Amino acid sequence: MRLMTLVSLLLLWPHAGHSAEAGFPLYEMRPDLEDKGSLQRGAKIYMNYCLGCHSLQYQRYKRTAVDLGVPESLMLEHLVFDPNTKIGDTITNTISQSNAKTWFGAVPPDLTLYTQLKGGPEYLYTYLLTFYEDKKRPLGANNLVYENVGMPHALVELQGVQKKVCKDIPKLAENGGEMMDALSQDYITEEVCGLELVERGYSPLALVEGSGLLDADEYEQVVYDLTNFLYYVGDPSRLERERTGVFVLIFLAFFFVPAYLLAREYKKEFH
Amino acid sequence: MSALEQSFKNVMAWIDDRLPVTEAYEKHLSKYYAPKNLNIWYYFGIFSFVVLANQLLTGIWLTMSYVPTGEGAFASVEYIMRDVEYGWMLRYMHSTGASAFFVVVYLHMFRGLLYGSYQKPRELIWILGMFIYIALMAEGFFGYLLPWGNMSFWGAQVIVSLASAIPLVGDDLAIWVRGDFNMSGVTLNRFFALHVVLVPLFLLVLVVLHVLALHEVGSNNPDGVDIKKTTDESGKPVDGIPFHPYFTIGKLPGIIVFLFLFCAVMFFYPDGGGYLIEHPNYEPADPLKTPELIAPVWYYTPFYSMLRAATFPLFGLDAKFWGLVVMAGAIILPIILPWLDRSPVKSIRYKGMGSKIMLALFVVSFFILGYLGTVHPTPLRTLMAQICTGVYFAYFLLMPWYTSVEKTKPVPERVTM
Repeated sequence: MRLMTLVSLLLLWPHAGHSAEAGFPLYEMRPDLEDKGSLQRGAKIYMNYCLGCHSLQYQRYKRTAVDLGVPESLMLEHLVFDPNTKIGDTITNTISQSNAKTWFGAVPPDLTLYTQLKGGPEYLYTYLLTFYEDKKRPLGANNLVYENVGMPHALVELQGVQKKVCKDIPKLAENGGEMMDALSQDYITEEVCGLELVERGYSPLALVEGSGLLDADEYEQVVYDLTNFLYYVGDPSRLERERTGVFVLIFLAFFFVPAYLLAREYKKEFH
Repeated sequence: MSALEQSFKNVMAWIDDRLPVTEAYEKHLSKYYAPKNLNIWYYFGIFSFVVLANQLLTGIWLTMSYVPTGEGAFASVEYIMRDVEYGWMLRYMHSTGASAFFVVVYLHMFRGLLYGSYQKPRELIWILGMFIYIALMAEGFFGYLLPWGNMSFWGAQVIVSLASAIPLVGDDLAIWVRGDFNMSGVTLNRFFALHVVLVPLFLLVLVVLHVLALHEVGSNNPDGVDIKKTTDESGKPVDGIPFHPYFTIGKLPGIIVFLFLFCAVMFFYPDGGGYLIEHPNYEPADPLKTPELIAPVWYYTPFYSMLRAATFPLFGLDAKFWGLVVMAGAIILPIILPWLDRSPVKSIRYKGMGSKIMLALFVVSFFILGYLGTVHPTPLRTLMAQICTGVYFAYFLLMPWYTSVEKTKPVPERVTM
């Protein structure tokens, strides 16, 4: 009993989460590694929009093809853009690091372990949803979770342009309720900007209608698929590990029964 | 007697004349009498054997694919995780095993405090155990650098640079330990050698001595009663039972429960929410990029808190040096525990209120220090750490006083179940 208490205490220990760099609250993102369609779409987006700059230097094309259920020939034909790259190679055919340093001011990080580095997929997911137009930045884009990021918004043609806005939202009364005009039953509003909007549960960004190829929901799905794919790349044996784990735990649970009965027999001798 | 049995006997007799196999088997297993009232706290010594075996075996296989160089280390770990068959399992067994080792060893040591297992005649068992613990800390420290992640790098950097706080020789000492002016591939190489050869050799020798010393005087028990005092006509302790088969088989269900918990963590939470494998360790070591918060792995954090708790210079030596002194003192001090405890009884069951309160305070402070070591220091947290450090030392240094003045309860003649 006391052992169990100790164990549960250990499990309840607060998580050493990696906080977002700019205090912007991260959106929830539940990855689904069983959803092969999502992973395949994510891989497609990655190879088309990200691989130009970001390598996946520890992950191999072949492993990716096998795990995602993509035939090797299709993979080579549609997702490997470098004719010299073989299916067993790691995913490293990107721009040169020295060029990248010149163009963006920093070498674009390798993304193989990025979701793990950030303590989960939420950071990346939120990051890809919160680019906004900022004329003061050299490449015209800024980001809510990673302020003054050197990277341009690579998916801007899909999402379209987001702008940082102030919004008229209901004023809060002293008791925390939203204030209403007693006669007209309209909300009494005030203009709120930036982080305060976030705290009140509003997005501080607004999409310029028609500026992207996709609508907001479609874009969110793209970001989900892409994040899901990178979550897979972070630890490609995760599914196999959890499956194996279930069998191991079941085996141990069954093994416990004869071991317990045997131990009880021996115990009888000295009690 | 069948012919087969007869020939087996002959072979054993031949061997026993040259190597005391049967004698050793009887002394350490079939005729080693352990008290029959051992409770759940007595599992952790056995568990530490299980984890030790796990660490040795998985460690050997990991070295087969690991590359101990600054250029290749990080990539080789990912190679093990992705390209080596069941490499992920070996690696996670080893990384989870490291934390499990400290869980069971801390609980094993707590058992010692609880039932006075360090008292006469078990002083040497305790001292050897403390040496094992210190060797284990060194082993964990050297091993933590090997993945060559950014937290590996900076964690080792902080600890090695502590050496430079020692007056006069400090800076040279730090360079001598690193083998370089900064942490580098040279450091990684030597830490690898220490982690896979030197410290494990020490550990194994110490473990053997720890067990030999234990078997010389026999196990303590929750009552702190000497079972050898009450023997039957053949000289066997009445309250003792042979270790084999009663403990080997009797403890099997417990070992399975332990393995179940171990596997649950290993298969489903291998990075333990950032406590078992810290997030910044998912990027390669970078001397130009300090992690937001440098925190050691959880099993060192109580001592790390004590290190940081020293915030003011004294006698012309800076605070960092005193932090080092406090931390080293906290690790070494328990070695003399057998001579600090003046109580006529061993077990907490029969000790007085003073011992109970001090032990409880000690455990609470240790947990608080452990937590504080994982977060950024603030003035309030530093004050907390200083108080808890005080309690930690008071537990040991005031022990001669509170164990001799408190009123103890009478110890029974025989063990209670």
